[in-house]
Amino acid sequence: MTIASQTPRQALHGATTAAPPTAPRPPARRRTSLTRNRWGYAYVAPFFLLFAAFSLYPFLYTAWISLHKTSLSNIGGGTWVGLDNYRALLQSEFFWNAARNTLTIGILATVPQLCMALGLAHLLNYKIRNRTFFRTVMLMPYATSIAAATLVFAQLFGRDYGLINTLLEAVGLERIDWEAGTLSSQVAIAAIVTWRWTGYNALIYLAAMQSIPGELYEAAEIDGANRWKQFLHVTIPSLRPTILFTVVVSTIGAVQLFGEPLLFAGNGTTSGGSSGQYQTLGLLMYQQGWSNFHIGQAATTAWAMFMIILVIVGINAVISRLRTRAER
Amino acid sequence: MTIALPGTQTTSVQPVDRPVTRKGGKGTRAGKAGPVTYTLLTLTALVSIFPLYWTLVAGSHTNADIAATPPPFLPNASLFTNFKAALEQAPIGKAILNSVLVSGAITVGTVFFCTLAGFAFAKLAFKGRGLLLALVIGTMMVPTQLSVIPLFMMIADLQWVNQLQAVIFPTLVSAFGVFFMRQYLISSLPNELLEAGRVDGASTFRIFWSIVVPVARPAMAVLAMLTFLTAWNEFFWPLIALTNANPTVQVALAGLGSGYVPQQSVIMAGTLLGTLPVLIVFTILGKQIVGGIMQGAVKG
Repeated sequence: MTIASQTPRQALHGATTAAPPTAPRPPARRRTSLTRNRWGYAYVAPFFLLFAAFSLYPFLYTAWISLHKTSLSNIGGGTWVGLDNYRALLQSEFFWNAARNTLTIGILATVPQLCMALGLAHLLNYKIRNRTFFRTVMLMPYATSIAAATLVFAQLFGRDYGLINTLLEAVGLERIDWEAGTLSSQVAIAAIVTWRWTGYNALIYLAAMQSIPGELYEAAEIDGANRWKQFLHVTIPSLRPTILFTVVVSTIGAVQLFGEPLLFAGNGTTSGGSSGQYQTLGLLMYQQGWSNFHIGQAATTAWAMFMIILVIVGINAVISRLRTRAER
Repeated sequence: MTIALPGTQTTSVQPVDRPVTRKGGKGTRAGKAGPVTYTLLTLTALVSIFPLYWTLVAGSHTNADIAATPPPFLPNASLFTNFKAALEQAPIGKAILNSVLVSGAITVGTVFFCTLAGFAFAKLAFKGRGLLLALVIGTMMVPTQLSVIPLFMMIADLQWVNQLQAVIFPTLVSAFGVFFMRQYLISSLPNELLEAGRVDGASTFRIFWSIVVPVARPAMAVLAMLTFLTAWNEFFWPLIALTNANPTVQVALAGLGSGYVPQQSVIMAGTLLGTLPVLIVFTILGKQIVGGIMQGAVKG
């Protein structure tokens, strides 16, 4: 996931409210050579050129490739097969297995992560000593790379010598072969994701909490609402746009999950466990393209992932629109 | 909207008689924290830090030591033996150098181009500006994995496979960065300053260099830190574009676990080596990075 920190919707909102930079000024003064300036194109050109070359063009070309049968060794060529790749994908049990795994790992990772982040942000919003220390330490996992985090967690979740199993045994429970089971391996992978992102999301929530006007809480207090009720009826509703934003971003991240399942077994295999029990869509795509050399199939999987993301973003947009309409 | 943009509703409705102490979060409405809060926060801090600490512990013992019950809980002197073994198994030294070069180049490029574009979007009026800005924001939605296959073909055509520029060029700009700089410059760069520069006869680029950049410096620093962290931790694309002959840290770490007889303590030592640089940076600049993320969240 990147450092993108705003939904397009909120961003556009910002664009419309803040766009005319010198709105209240008399028009005569605005028409200087600086504010009406063709140089603007030159200044934004590097962004658009680099983006077009390295993101937009490849993005569209992926769709083109997905309509061909082609391999890594035959990069330029390939035969036109129309929608065959998509048909094959929908009939492939590997695709459905990967889609199911992506969904369950996504839920296992996203739901607890965002709930915990919300709670943490609430705690961090109190007057606390050493608040810089707590905030910084909670962001440490975010600074740790996927590779490093996964290798450490794979060690912690190890069957024979892993610390977690040692602990389980110490309290009288059975050892778990984390990597072998479907649920256990998915829980372990979700734990890595949760560990890395909870603190980050908590800070996003905290930032939003700090811009809630204090009057709202005072009014709630006068009405006799206790802390918990204030949290439920003031904090959560005020944070709704931010929560929606983190849900969308985390889900997009979950759909693309790749590094954690790749490195979880420690040996970088693309099969996602002995029976594919934690093979995600991202991993499947990598396997199709770079292990099996079916570039056309990999492109099809990539586009399937994009469709899933579009559906999720669409659902979220609809929900938020319905909500705002209901409030009016 | 609770995510207030600079100069919009929430900041202006504060009654005059109440001290405005919410800035920075010190005097928020929330009361003092009780022991429960401290306990929960301390627990979270421990959970956040423990895996990193365990890397140090496990990386500084032998395999047999780690497997013992109870396991060791303090670092040991074998650390340097394991470091040596890790450096023999994977080119971690070279990888760190590569990562510094790659992340450094990406950071310099991103900060420069994004400040340039952010300035144009904030202060220069040109036809189609609104549409172009909407496009920038729309680009945030395109996931990397959608572009990877043609990107790989492209760098193969350019004979860039396994070369650092293959990792640098595709990440040289960021839509988030453009938007971030725009929001900052709208609120903190007075038009009078720009007009004064113009009256003095400065060219637009001269104005950018001598007036905009100094004003933008704090935001540039924040963007630089976030970009560096993200670039350092980038995994998917470097794994495809590079091999273990010329890896970044992440690629080298991925290769570390792939031996036939994985030696956990050596893997942990290598992981520690690859993570140390960013942890050091984080220890020094953590407060600013935290501030940057919170600022990014509010301002966009």
